[in-house]
Amino acid sequence: MYRYDEYDSTLVAERARQFRGQVARRLSGELTEEQFRPLRLMNGLYLQLHAYMLRIAIPYGTLSSRQLRKLAEIARRYDKGYGHFTTRQNLQFNWPRLADVPAILDELATVQMHAIQTSGNCIRNVTADQFAGAAADEVEDPRVYSEIIRQWSTLHPEFSFLPRKFKIAVTGAESDRAAVQVHDIGLRLRRNGDGEVGFEVLVGGGLGRTPVIGKTIREFLPKPHLLSYLEAILRTYNMLGRRDNLFKARIKILVNATGVDKFRDLVEEEWSHIRDGALTLPEAEIARIRAHFAPPPYEELTGDPPEHAAARRRDPDFALWARTNVVAHKRPGYAIATISLKPTGGVPGDVTAEQMEAVAALADRYSFGEIRVTHEQNLVLAHVRQADLHALWQALRQQGLATGNAGLISDIICCPGLDYCNLANARSIPVAQRISQRFADLERQHDIGALKIKISGCINACGHHHVGHIGILGVDKHGEEFYQVTLGGSADDSAAIGKIVGPAFSAGDIVAAVETIVETYLAQRRAGETFNATLARVGLAPFKEKLYAAD
Amino acid sequence: MKARIVTANRLSDGAVVYLDAAGDWVDSIVEAGVAEDGETAEALLAVATTAEQALRVVGPYLTDVAVEDGRPRPLGTREIIRAAGPTVAGAAIREGDERDDAKEASAA
Amino acid sequence: MPLIKDDRFAKDGWIALDDDDALPAGAPVIVTLERWRAERARLVGRNAPLGLRLRSDQAPAEIAGDLPHFALIALEFPKFTDGRAYSYARLLRERYGFAGELRAVGAVLRDQYGFMRRCGFDAFEVTTELDLDAWRAALGEVSVAYQPAADRRPWIAALRHGRPAQRVARPTVPVHARRHDEDEEDLPSRRVTADTLCEAYAAGAEEPVAALWAY
Repeated sequence: MYRYDEYDSTLVAERARQFRGQVARRLSGELTEEQFRPLRLMNGLYLQLHAYMLRIAIPYGTLSSRQLRKLAEIARRYDKGYGHFTTRQNLQFNWPRLADVPAILDELATVQMHAIQTSGNCIRNVTADQFAGAAADEVEDPRVYSEIIRQWSTLHPEFSFLPRKFKIAVTGAESDRAAVQVHDIGLRLRRNGDGEVGFEVLVGGGLGRTPVIGKTIREFLPKPHLLSYLEAILRTYNMLGRRDNLFKARIKILVNATGVDKFRDLVEEEWSHIRDGALTLPEAEIARIRAHFAPPPYEELTGDPPEHAAARRRDPDFALWARTNVVAHKRPGYAIATISLKPTGGVPGDVTAEQMEAVAALADRYSFGEIRVTHEQNLVLAHVRQADLHALWQALRQQGLATGNAGLISDIICCPGLDYCNLANARSIPVAQRISQRFADLERQHDIGALKIKISGCINACGHHHVGHIGILGVDKHGEEFYQVTLGGSADDSAAIGKIVGPAFSAGDIVAAVETIVETYLAQRRAGETFNATLARVGLAPFKEKLYAAD
Repeated sequence: MKARIVTANRLSDGAVVYLDAAGDWVDSIVEAGVAEDGETAEALLAVATTAEQALRVVGPYLTDVAVEDGRPRPLGTREIIRAAGPTVAGAAIREGDERDDAKEASAA
Repeated sequence: MPLIKDDRFAKDGWIALDDDDALPAGAPVIVTLERWRAERARLVGRNAPLGLRLRSDQAPAEIAGDLPHFALIALEFPKFTDGRAYSYARLLRERYGFAGELRAVGAVLRDQYGFMRRCGFDAFEVTTELDLDAWRAALGEVSVAYQPAADRRPWIAALRHGRPAQRVARPTVPVHARRHDEDEEDLPSRRVTADTLCEAYAAGAEEPVAALWAY
């Protein structure tokens, strides 16, 4: 993974020192809260319902074991002994003290981490596919370009006060696991007719109040032009994005209002002035960064070793876990293992300090010291020998990290909601916990098959509910918590926004409603049909009928 | 009109605090100073919104309460959760004792 | 209003005019875009420097052809969160070659100073008397530039791969009078850190910021 050189280390240390000064000026009163707020947001520090929340950047979701251990240490020393992984591959601490944050940032800097631009109206964490560098269907490792974009976007003097936040995702595989179609800019690595690798550029995707699927404005962008093209898009957005209304300030609104063709023309016209200029990416820099993502020192192994098959036969619980939580690796004899952070009845995405340390140790032992964070709030060990999977699973079990539910109904994506978040209208975590408990039976989960439930506590959609097969949005109706359900969303290649099924459900009724939806699906589906396929075939009517039968 | 109190977040740690009748900030809603009429409410808010207070708290505002046995009770899900803390037990809602222990240990 | 120019307090020799103010004879004035359009011939005919003030919804493309008439352009930040003028400044410097005074007005705060400098502003109307040392220090707080900007500091790719420094003016040329099309020489690049900047001040450098720009 990427290792800082002296410039990177200097920048992070200087930024931490700068923030220390800003905190001191706030505490002394030299800065008002109004002046301080954008500054602390640019360092990922929110003021939430009960406490500050610090969002730490995990660039493109890749962590070293050393970094994960440091996060555990910070959790213990400065927080309440746990952290929360988010849908943008970041980590959140919920209880830091303001005066401790500079010290936390200094600690993070010692392991090449930071909280720069994890909030604020600037370019945020550039995410990638959690199987990068390991998946068989990869054109090129997207993290190389996520890192290049991360650096270019860090403390960019022109783009630090955008109309609104800006999110970029990069995918390198034929199958999009980075949800590029619902980002402000999505980049897809692909080959053109001549076999050259470049980027398809999508803009204007996003969730929140007005969910939109992104549109392609350039089919193929050669690599040297990556940064100059992004600069052209950002400059166009910075100048033309709305400044009068926070809720209409994202680039998706601008693209929609301008029309995608006109928007493309504006970008290309700006780009025509700056392409081939100072921002042209030298091959030497791409190569330098790519070298950091060189494959680990794999052993020469044969695929599907007999020990692995034997372990599955011997141990049905392990076999069940392997069915969902293990995915093929591009190297024979290796596998990609998902560590579920969704134990039955647990808080989705939460991890204790002990668990972090355990995962760090397992990463050292079984996966070259590297851990990945997914968009779906799970962790991944990307390079595990198939022969080691059983031992890994047993170790995970001891930590409560071996729930075999990856992609199943209890693998719920859920924002912190009104239990933590200042913006929320309703709680989300208790709903996730109750659904998880209702569907605890693993056999039943397998019978249902792949099903993504995504829950958001407000319209900002941090739980990505729009792109859940079943999406749940918490709303406030006359001071009470209600839950609106959407069906048929998807964040993968056939990205789609879910459709509202009908009136919202009370907190008391929502779990039963989910159960009714599942039962209806099972009753309607043909052999092997996914939830979305069944829904596409039969429409919403059967679901509405069952859900609102009594009305 | 409903009875009201003033609440804010403490600058130092973001904790939920309430303004008591003496003009000090307290952790517990039952000790909050209650305003029964509009004028008192505005006066209470004015106490909370000075530049000096900006060094102690962030974002003070008035919120409605119910009064039972002379003690204020929060109204609405949001204020109930603010008063009580997260309603979820999960990956550890330990009341800061681990953090304090670690700090003591490192100070020793 | 206090004016910071080239990183020190300066007397403001300009008069900002409302649209219905009389034009003072022979004095440098700053007018709005609306007034420029309405009284162009009269303003051009005056024997005094002319400045233009743009609101944040007035992009420089609208006056790109008129730049030779202006010795000063003031760009507004109505709120410090309105970041449009950062782009306008860069376009004025890098696209249209404006070499006059580029002044930031409105919500101009110390914590945005570094960004503004990098985008090409060289003068700042600040709202209160303030600690100038703190402002200068703010410039050096982050010494690494990850991306190229109007200040032509070598960006990270250039530093790492020893690309020759971009063509820049010699450090003795005052920043605000520099033109990008003059005969210029390449200078070896040198890292600017908070320390080197402080050294420059301590050594009594007249235009330490020019040193910053000399890459």
